[in-house]
Amino acid sequence: MPHDHDHDDPFHHEGMSSSGHPYRPDNDQPLTYWQQMEIAVRELLVEKGITTAAEINAQIVLMDARSPAQGAAVVARAWDDPAFKARLLADGSAAMAELGIDPDGLKLVVVENTAGVHNVVVCTLCSCYPRNLLGLPPDWYKSRAYRSRTVKEPRAVLREFGLEVPEDVRVQVHDSTADMRYLVLPRRPEGTEGWDAEALAGIVTRDCMIGVAIPQLP
Amino acid sequence: MTDDTGQGRSWHDMGGEDAGEIARGEHDFALWEKRVDALMRLTSAKGYFTVDGLRRAIEDMGEDAFETMSYYERWIASITRNLVESGAFSTEELNARMEKVAARGPTYGEAQGAGE
Amino acid sequence: MTVLPELTPPPFDPPYPTRGARFAPGEAVRVKPGAAPGHIRTPWYLRGRTGRVERICGDFANPEELAYHRDGRPERAVYRVRFTMEEVWGEAAERAGDTVDAEIFEHWLEAADAP
Repeated sequence: MPHDHDHDDPFHHEGMSSSGHPYRPDNDQPLTYWQQMEIAVRELLVEKGITTAAEINAQIVLMDARSPAQGAAVVARAWDDPAFKARLLADGSAAMAELGIDPDGLKLVVVENTAGVHNVVVCTLCSCYPRNLLGLPPDWYKSRAYRSRTVKEPRAVLREFGLEVPEDVRVQVHDSTADMRYLVLPRRPEGTEGWDAEALAGIVTRDCMIGVAIPQLP
Repeated sequence: MTDDTGQGRSWHDMGGEDAGEIARGEHDFALWEKRVDALMRLTSAKGYFTVDGLRRAIEDMGEDAFETMSYYERWIASITRNLVESGAFSTEELNARMEKVAARGPTYGEAQGAGE
Repeated sequence: MTVLPELTPPPFDPPYPTRGARFAPGEAVRVKPGAAPGHIRTPWYLRGRTGRVERICGDFANPEELAYHRDGRPERAVYRVRFTMEEVWGEAAERAGDTVDAEIFEHWLEAADAP
């Protein structure tokens, strides 16, 4: 009987995910050299007492729980609470912790879009990303094209994402080269007055917080 | 000013290079990829190496690896190298275990050890 | 010709400790033009370019040492430095007044008026 070893595993998936993306083929596919290495390394680390299977599973559960929804909650709160926004801009990690989101070592810098400035985040040297807030980065964020072009022709890059930044707005690129990680605080769209936190968070997508999009009303 | 021939520039340092359109396809991560990610976070938190060690070994793998290997393939290669460097296990132990893993069966599921 | 950004440093102190940073927010600094091999977090496109310190991020261990299983101490000040696109890319800039920020370790910076 092939491949059922992970059957009781909480991470065993079938078909498409809730986000509508395909899972990369896994258990039923021919074992690759790198998967062989992952299994061997994991087993050695467990046998030597460096980690445990439970610790590894707990880490996966923890990372799976991190998603752009957490960032959207932070943004929605900042839109509704000027004092929170001020604290968020001064110390992003402390402010996310206020909302019960554990920074877990993340040093978050929040950069605010205004009438005159549009922010966009990139990492030209690897793919630094506020993972402990937003979860794992999308594939395109790690691509050669995004990493190469965003610091030189951000407007062309944003246009590819469907965002035209007006000439009188300064584009401010953030290259995450060291210890900080960046989150864009988008502008609150007109027409959202009186919305509750959930509704506000609902229009804040991952791409808005990277800076390649702006919130759209439904 | 650094000379413009690019001498001394590493392949991974790509800010400002010409590049094509951004491919926007996305995928969710497979279990084995999530495990690699978890192993990185656990072993670095326990002091075996740092995120800079992870990056350094990936940089040293060269541009071909960037073009031909997936993200988490590069990660497990780098994690393994760093763990050997810091003495978590030896290459001899790793080699023996990889052979044992492959002997269990031809798929990722079958190659898991007891207790999975 | 150096083209510096206009900049108002944020009105708060860095949330991470600093033990005496050499440069102050608003100050003009030049990135050293080094080309040594190794694990370096100063991007190539900024080497030799002049910008302004936007903020001090705090003191952090040196990644050039951390990458090789050393402790990276003493910690060094890290700065958020802002550059104009014109300064970085010259005439190839998409829009001269757009800007790019990067985090640069203190040992990669010198005063803009240094010889």
